[in-house]
Amino acid sequence: MSVNFTVTAAPHIRNNETTRKIMADVLIALVPALIAAIILFGLRSLVLVVISAAACVVFEALFCLVTGRKPAVGDLSAVVTGVLLAMCVPDSCPYWALIAGDAFAIIVVKGLVGGLGQNVFNPALGGRAFMMLFWPATITRAGATEAIDAFAFGNVDFVASATPMQTMNLGNLPDVSLVDMLLGKHGGTIGEVCILALLIGFAWLLYRRVISWRIPVAYMGTLAVLSLIFCEGDNALLWMAYSVLGGGAMLGAIFMATDYATSPALPKAQIVYGIGCGALTVLFRTFGNFPEGVTYAILLMNACAWALDKALPVRRFGVMKGGAGK
Amino acid sequence: MKQLFGGGIHPDGHKEMSRGGAPVPVPAPETVCIPLRQHIGSACEPLVKVGDAVLMGQKIGDGDARSSPVHATVSGTVTAIEEREIPGGERVKCVIIKNDGKDTPAPMAGHPDWQSLSAKEVAELVRECGIVGMGGAAFPTNSKIASTAGKTADVLINACECEPYITSDDTEMCCFTEDVIGGARMLCKLLGAKSSIIAIEDNKPEAIEALRAALTEDDCVEVRVLPTRYPQGAKKQLILAVTGKEVAPGARSGALFNVTTTANVYRAVTKGQPLLEKIVTVTGDGVNEPKNMLVRIGTSFADVIKAAGGIREETKQVIAGGPMMGKGVDTLDVPVVKGTNAILCLTAECDAAADPVCIRCGKCVDVCPMYLQPLYLYRYALAGDKAMLDEYYLNDCMECGCCSFVCPGKLPLTATFVEAKHMLKKGGK
Repeated sequence: MSVNFTVTAAPHIRNNETTRKIMADVLIALVPALIAAIILFGLRSLVLVVISAAACVVFEALFCLVTGRKPAVGDLSAVVTGVLLAMCVPDSCPYWALIAGDAFAIIVVKGLVGGLGQNVFNPALGGRAFMMLFWPATITRAGATEAIDAFAFGNVDFVASATPMQTMNLGNLPDVSLVDMLLGKHGGTIGEVCILALLIGFAWLLYRRVISWRIPVAYMGTLAVLSLIFCEGDNALLWMAYSVLGGGAMLGAIFMATDYATSPALPKAQIVYGIGCGALTVLFRTFGNFPEGVTYAILLMNACAWALDKALPVRRFGVMKGGAGK
Repeated sequence: MKQLFGGGIHPDGHKEMSRGGAPVPVPAPETVCIPLRQHIGSACEPLVKVGDAVLMGQKIGDGDARSSPVHATVSGTVTAIEEREIPGGERVKCVIIKNDGKDTPAPMAGHPDWQSLSAKEVAELVRECGIVGMGGAAFPTNSKIASTAGKTADVLINACECEPYITSDDTEMCCFTEDVIGGARMLCKLLGAKSSIIAIEDNKPEAIEALRAALTEDDCVEVRVLPTRYPQGAKKQLILAVTGKEVAPGARSGALFNVTTTANVYRAVTKGQPLLEKIVTVTGDGVNEPKNMLVRIGTSFADVIKAAGGIREETKQVIAGGPMMGKGVDTLDVPVVKGTNAILCLTAECDAAADPVCIRCGKCVDVCPMYLQPLYLYRYALAGDKAMLDEYYLNDCMECGCCSFVCPGKLPLTATFVEAKHMLKKGGK
């Protein structure tokens, strides 16, 4: 028998986890929030998500084509970016503005720095920051919970109502019950409002071990504690509850701050990173001009992710604190 | 049960494929090929020349203190002494013996009264019989006995067999229970230890039962059952799992013997029996009749697989050892050596990404049992950054393969680290 076999280096088996499956799990985890968005804001939310995902895929494919890179659309990461960016715009957002955000996210934030895994900043948040810079109204003007024409491509007519964050920015508690905050029955971006749906998605990500609890829990924990300290009005606990449930913090903590490429990979660094995100969010909300600070909080911490990994390495095997082996 | 060491993985065991019953002897082949180096250390010089008649069990190669002698595993005539390929791809000088089919044995001198012997004397007997560590590294066992005698509280017997597919240690424990327990008692006494702890994973219930049944009331041997997890059989991980202590970098790790090695020590001392044959698990979906076989050292993989019903045409990889740390072979014309515990035939190729991309998921960090940061090591290895590789403790890597196993981007992490270690060594830091 003189057959020749393939000789590869050990290990000779691998588990069936792939990048594509992880991205698919993230998309599955976003399904509850998408369903909630359709129920709360109508069909236009679905159209926003589909258009955004499709735009990201097209931009990714075009970018690969132009730069001569291997097509990477199959890993679904562009779809995730598209869906996430759509999740953090209000239902009134014009499609053209969203598509422009998608282009910036995929081409500038992700593609130009080397593509998947190489980007310093979260593409979806980068795209959102870009939109806020050029067309702030497309993002900040949220409608009341009434359906907006799904087929209007340009600016849509609607009655803008204050989001809980905008009310809180003026130092008042929102006129929305905590249960409605949990269910998302108030103005805001399509994906951020329904906390319950986001938590279901979080549970899925934990169950599938796509992410660990560290970043979201450190983020929300810090946000809760600090909003207690920086509370306005006389009911600190209520202020804290609305701070946790309101705005984009939950969406950001679960789906944005945990983005692999732009967050630390090491356990201790993840905790510190989460704390940093939470602290900056409260800082921006309390002292900033915008009612919300999640986007910039996470983008700033994105810039620190690698440095945190370097500063807080894993303990060496056999070496306990103080340097000596046990 | 809660895991007892950090990191690690839980791959499908596939142990039921080959488990059960006594090992089936592979017929002695027409010629055997005995490599003069089957261990970590220096090679042996041949003690015979072409044309010599040899007896079964006769020592045919020996060398300096860092070598382990090799023996003829059949009786017959030496037909050649030449370089041949051994599992792992290395070419080593081998003694080729034509089998006369008579199995005429060389005289053996056993010491059933071993209790009166010193550790040094036993180490010499063990060396003469060519016993080496059979858990993979093939370190000469006599050196280990000599270096740990009188310095060890508990002898650890490694019966984890944590690699998927392999059941040779399991079979050794079920079928040669007395040799295992005898060896464990012997090592305990010789090394002046308090007890011998046989550490075994809970996926081997028959072996656990057999071992426990063979213990006496106040035995110095203890059977310690551990939750199944790879790579629990790695030295530092096993010590951590059993004692709760981490071995410091560079520190001596104490007395740890593989379970089949232990049985062979017992046979070597009490019967004077050299290491001539061993149990080899022939398994995987590429072999027709997966089973454990009793194989003489020097039998070719082809002969062993033939005795297991032959190989299936779709077989893509043949591996000497387990799927996590075993070495791929490109031909079946390599001999079974002392360290061969399995021949694994797989019809699947290992997924290799054409264009692997790290997405920084950190799963490699979670599973690394040495607490390393494979994602960063990989970057520094590709960049050839020796200083950073040192700073990130590349040399702590034991190449267990956990990081590659879990990597969703299918990065060749472990293989890259093996190369980078060579680079560090060559570079002379």
